[in-house]
Amino acid sequence: MAKLKPIFLLFITVIFILLGCGKGKTAFTMAGSTAFQPFAEKLADQYMANHSNVSITVQGGGSAVGIQSANSGAAQIGMADLVILPTEAKSLTSIVVAKDGIAVVVNPKNQVNNLSTDQVRDIFNGKIANWKEVGGVDAAITVVSREAGSGTRSSFEQIITNITLKKDALIQDSNGTIRETVANDANSIGYLSHGLINDKIKPLKIDGQESSSESIIAGKYKLVRPIFLLLKDAPSGEIKNFIDYILSSEGQQTIQKNGLIPAK
Amino acid sequence: MRIPPKYTQATAVTILGGATVLTIVILVFIIFFILEKGLPVISLNFLTSNPQEMGKAGGIFPTLIGTILLPLLAIIIATPLGVFTSVYLSEYTKETKITRVIRFGTDCLAGIPSIIFGLFGYIFFVIALGMGWSILSGGLTLAVMVLPTIIRTSEEAIRAVPKSYREVSFSLGATSWQTVKKVILPNALPGIVTGIMLSIGRSIGETAAVIFTAGSSLRIPSSLFDSTRTMAVHFYILAREGISAENAYGTAATLILAVLLVNLSAYWIMNRFISKRS
Amino acid sequence: MKLVGEKTVKGILGTIAFSAISALLLIALFILNEGLPFIFKYGVREFLFSSDWQPHLNKFGIFPMIAASLWVTLGAMIVGAPLGVAVALFLSEYVPQAVMRIIKPTIELLAAIPSVVYGFIGVMVLAPIIRNSFGGPGLSLLAGSIILGIMILPTVISISIDSILAVPQSFREGSLALGATTWQTIHMVIIKASKSGIIASIILGLGRAIGETMAVIMVAGNSVNIPTSPFNSVRTLTANIALEMSYATGLHRQALFATGVILFIVIIILNSIASVAIKKRTIKK
Repeated sequence: MAKLKPIFLLFITVIFILLGCGKGKTAFTMAGSTAFQPFAEKLADQYMANHSNVSITVQGGGSAVGIQSANSGAAQIGMADLVILPTEAKSLTSIVVAKDGIAVVVNPKNQVNNLSTDQVRDIFNGKIANWKEVGGVDAAITVVSREAGSGTRSSFEQIITNITLKKDALIQDSNGTIRETVANDANSIGYLSHGLINDKIKPLKIDGQESSSESIIAGKYKLVRPIFLLLKDAPSGEIKNFIDYILSSEGQQTIQKNGLIPAK
Repeated sequence: MRIPPKYTQATAVTILGGATVLTIVILVFIIFFILEKGLPVISLNFLTSNPQEMGKAGGIFPTLIGTILLPLLAIIIATPLGVFTSVYLSEYTKETKITRVIRFGTDCLAGIPSIIFGLFGYIFFVIALGMGWSILSGGLTLAVMVLPTIIRTSEEAIRAVPKSYREVSFSLGATSWQTVKKVILPNALPGIVTGIMLSIGRSIGETAAVIFTAGSSLRIPSSLFDSTRTMAVHFYILAREGISAENAYGTAATLILAVLLVNLSAYWIMNRFISKRS
Repeated sequence: MKLVGEKTVKGILGTIAFSAISALLLIALFILNEGLPFIFKYGVREFLFSSDWQPHLNKFGIFPMIAASLWVTLGAMIVGAPLGVAVALFLSEYVPQAVMRIIKPTIELLAAIPSVVYGFIGVMVLAPIIRNSFGGPGLSLLAGSIILGIMILPTVISISIDSILAVPQSFREGSLALGATTWQTIHMVIIKASKSGIIASIILGLGRAIGETMAVIMVAGNSVNIPTSPFNSVRTLTANIALEMSYATGLHRQALFATGVILFIVIIILNSIASVAIKKRTIKK
């Protein structure tokens, strides 16, 4: 047993060192929307590169986590991507930092390039169940949607209107997993944040409008939602400086360069 | 049913043997599938550099730190609790209703799904105790999760210490605690260590309980109150969100190697223990 | 240590001994506290037997998830239990002890492979095979059952072997001396003598299958849907919690904790059955 004592002491020391570190820095956490998370990471990295006294932690979790953690104080800044904020968020200070298009995506092998809003609605409701009904090959449609409570899903359903998702739709819990599922299945259709489109999937035109940044800024593409930062109180100190940075032209450029649409 | 026993015997060997071969093939396939694609990705640079763009490029250094810290914290907390519980159960008390309750509780705790531990850790450590998503919350949650494993393996190890050792110690005038400290624990140590290694193995591979309590921050933690991401969580996110297949395989291969290493050393310690005994 | 008396030591150890059971009670307390009020407010029958899960309309029926958990677990049993028991019998009765001592730990290594890795293999290898040969999305009840069936193998094999080896050697010798083949000995003597241990191993495997989360989320597709064929996509109780927890607020969040309550109760019942079965075995021994 005597041999174990120094090891144990070492553990204790390590713990205290770890507990002791990180003092003297302003630290805060951002949590919430998985759609905005990559952008928040990038913005935080850029900001910290110039402000060594600040340490920003970015967590995902989803819009609800963003609202909850801003309310409970688990995070100083919540992130949410909803068309309409729920009642829990009413007492929070909300700031729109970007806009995000929602792209309806299919597998690149799919011949269909354009759908009308009505067709999208019918596909997600299960009324159209085969690709040949909308000009594609004769194959059953695999609908992929997000889980209940997702900001992207509720925004998608609010904009398309009257959606009662068909029972056997696959459910995935993030933009990335939707992209993977659609990329793996030639007959599937899903929707995801405009910023996460890559060459593994194909975005569709909706009512003839492309889901490009230009057509979103021009107001032609209709599937767009705002991205909010949520704070318990009015921003102050380093947090205010950071939010000002996000809204500055440099911050907004970072947002645009990586696929989101600037707030203004 | 009048098939000659010779044929039923042959059929049984074929079926049972076939099942065994199938099982081993599946095991080997899983390990090779990951290692074949993952090993080429692993390099010193991959292990020691920071991820870029949420893991799309770069290495896995912060997740390596998380993978070491979380199980370490869990073990530091759970080992004394588990070992002393088993000392109490085997040395200080007879079989009573209370020990049966403790054993039943331990068995139940062992069977609870990790998602329940995750939920519990989230509302208790993260929210109620205000620790936030942190190494501390994750480590404590994992500690609760591995506690039954440590109790069970330690108790077996302690019970395997021959009665005569205790009798000699007592006849020399030692107290129970002196006997435990000088005789029983040193002799049971390899068994206890095996339990610890198995617990580390389970903690390293855990996802559901960790993602809800330690969060998924990719930064190198600077204190126990910082969030962290373990390799298992990192792999889950990389693979599921399709961020980078290459880095996902690399992370999975590192993860499997780590888990194999920990488990093999557990068996090695256990075997040495058994051969020393006999 | 002389400063501390024997009695104090015993007192401290006695207190520590309650750590596991206190942890269990704490978990039960917190999960029940978050979930039970919701169940009673919403209505037990409505919650358990309605198949309407539409959180945004405040409809929380978890029947499809209960059905899915049962089907997936049953499927995992069909895949894993016979295979596991067969391997256990083969290793303990047909293979020399020395060989078994190498193969058993190797198979136990299967238990150490992280569940996310199993899920990933399911998505990359199994789902495309199912999609291409049977149609449908591939991410399905069948895929979930097979992956879970493989995941429970080590539990079933390891505990079954222990209980088969616990059958006294004299039983075997008696049977073989009467001219029985190894197989006759197995199905007439060994299986009977080690029955409760084998059953306990299957129940513990069942517990693991019902409680598994990440692998199932990855391979089962997660539709809120009462399956009509093995190729349907399904969502289990565990998947329901992990999928929606991060985005849930208010009633929705309580409903997910209530899902946890149901899962918790099922697991405690299964564990109690298993521990009774194991106790029976040790008493016989």
